[in-house]
Amino acid sequence: MTLAVLAVAPLCLPALGGALGGQVTTLFIYCILALGLNVMVGYTGLVHLGIASFFGIGAYLLAILTVPMYPFQIGFLPATAVAVLATAGIGLALGAPTLRLRGDYLAIVTLGFGEVAKVTLRNLEQITGGMKGLNPVPPPGAGVTIGGLDLGKEFAIDPRWFYYLALASLAGVVLLMRRLEGSRLGRALVAVREDELAAQAMGISATKVKLSAFAMSSAVAGLAGCLYAASLSTTADPNAYDFNRSIMVLCAVILGGLGSIPGTLLGVAILVGFDTVLAPWADSWIQQWNINPTGSSLLSFSGWRLAIFGLALVLVMRYRPAGLIPSRRMAAELHDAPEGH
Amino acid sequence: MSAQFFLQQCLIGLTNGALIALVALGYTMVYGIIGLINFAHGDLIMLGACLALSIVGALGLAAVDPAVTWVAIAGLVLVCGLACGSLNVAVDRIVYKPLRNAPKLAPLVSAIGVSFIFMNIGLFWLGSADRSFPELLPSDNVLPDDWGLQFTQKDRLVVLIVVPLMVALSILVRWTKLGKAMRAVSQDPTAAALVGVDVDRVIAATFFIGGFLGGAASVVYSLYINTIGFQMGFQNGLYAFTAAVLGGIGSIPGAVLGGVVIGLVRALASAYVGERWTGAIVFAILIVILVFRPEGLLGRRVREKV
Repeated sequence: MTLAVLAVAPLCLPALGGALGGQVTTLFIYCILALGLNVMVGYTGLVHLGIASFFGIGAYLLAILTVPMYPFQIGFLPATAVAVLATAGIGLALGAPTLRLRGDYLAIVTLGFGEVAKVTLRNLEQITGGMKGLNPVPPPGAGVTIGGLDLGKEFAIDPRWFYYLALASLAGVVLLMRRLEGSRLGRALVAVREDELAAQAMGISATKVKLSAFAMSSAVAGLAGCLYAASLSTTADPNAYDFNRSIMVLCAVILGGLGSIPGTLLGVAILVGFDTVLAPWADSWIQQWNINPTGSSLLSFSGWRLAIFGLALVLVMRYRPAGLIPSRRMAAELHDAPEGH
Repeated sequence: MSAQFFLQQCLIGLTNGALIALVALGYTMVYGIIGLINFAHGDLIMLGACLALSIVGALGLAAVDPAVTWVAIAGLVLVCGLACGSLNVAVDRIVYKPLRNAPKLAPLVSAIGVSFIFMNIGLFWLGSADRSFPELLPSDNVLPDDWGLQFTQKDRLVVLIVVPLMVALSILVRWTKLGKAMRAVSQDPTAAALVGVDVDRVIAATFFIGGFLGGAASVVYSLYINTIGFQMGFQNGLYAFTAAVLGGIGSIPGAVLGGVVIGLVRALASAYVGERWTGAIVFAILIVILVFRPEGLLGRRVREKV
């Protein structure tokens, strides 16, 4: 079903305006990021509070490998490949020493890593450009000509190219995740989530499985970062990859339903859609009807944005604690008597 | 001179650490009893600071006689403590209680939601810009001049409020019936209920005490830092929560130790490495400590059982 929705999406595009097209591209990129986080939090049950730092590292690596300021300029595809591998490696380097930590301690380590990464990106001005970020990131396919079509120019002019690129990447990641769910490794992830000791007794190496989850999450987040930097043609400033961003993505995954691909996509669509589509629309509507002549924040929609958002999180968790579209496996689980932990 | 500078930084660190510890206690108590990372705790403190600012403004406390100032501060601590404690209990009753048997991450997301709602209330209360809090206490040194160290009246205020509260809390947890019930529930709620502990009441009491300490912390923070804003809850909550985990989450002495360690690291890092690296250093040290002591400095090691 997910795939069907994605396949229809391009047909609707001419009907959408160019600006909206750009926002939908960002939405797809966040979907990829959330699917990456879902590997850790949903499948493996490890709480990760620093996913945005991998998103950021991916974006910065792509920028370092492609911007004119640096001598590399190896082009979008090779740079993306390097960045994805490198973020996976960084994920492994963070995961290896910290995997024996219990749930919430691991969460705080990922949070701490996120803060360290953000501060480092901000302070190493000679390398990362500090608060200005790195730019201009050239569009994908710069300098490549196919059949008289200069791809770089096309990407720069027409947002639809990015739309299709992001959509294709998202479709690829969704396919990958579906294959993962049924694979030996995917089932091992779930087994470790359900009961680590029992899984180990069945011959699963919990360490290897968790490390794989760390690497996959980080790599997918890195890919999302590459697309993000390329579509904005800048890395933006390091604050774009802070704790708030991590929390937003985590909320999207839990809201949609842990371990559920359509749930994750829906969660992102709701959270990002709320900010980029609904809030501006409601504000302009209020302005149009002249409800708020004094410009008071009490009477504007964005003044209430946080409260509405918070209330939505509370209500969804109250009435659908397993998320909007729970994964089939989670829904089928036996929910036995509450225990002390 | 250099030794003196070092001592001075330690003093600053200890004072800040005491304040962080007071906030960390709110996290660690709630975590110890229901296993919830209460993301809204920092924003609860922000609301406490809003209330303190409004009270100071309404009663004109900024201009009272110095002799009355101390009474006024004690009153502020009490009022804000009671308000934050009650609010915390109300939130638990309305939001977290229905989720006691839900999947483990559901209350966490709810807590994030509550934190956003609090922030929005703070935004309406204070406006989007930072507000300065009136200086109720002068910043003159209380130590003898020839020591060459600065310890102002404000620093003294922090110690005078934080230390008695911590002593009272330890007595409460260790020697009263409620404290015993709290420890029982944190070990095993089902068994505690079997021996006649009213688990819901104990949880409510924990939320109240955590909130009360948070309210007291909001007053101390406002008087000490003198700047409040609707986003202050986030950064302070982050450091306090880190302190709680560092000490061993669920452990009350651990939260105090964690707060003091974080305060010291922050002060020394700002002085010797530079303000802008402070955050990275604090969290890097946290990661290193957790790698070698996965249960935190004073946490109990929990054996996993099938």
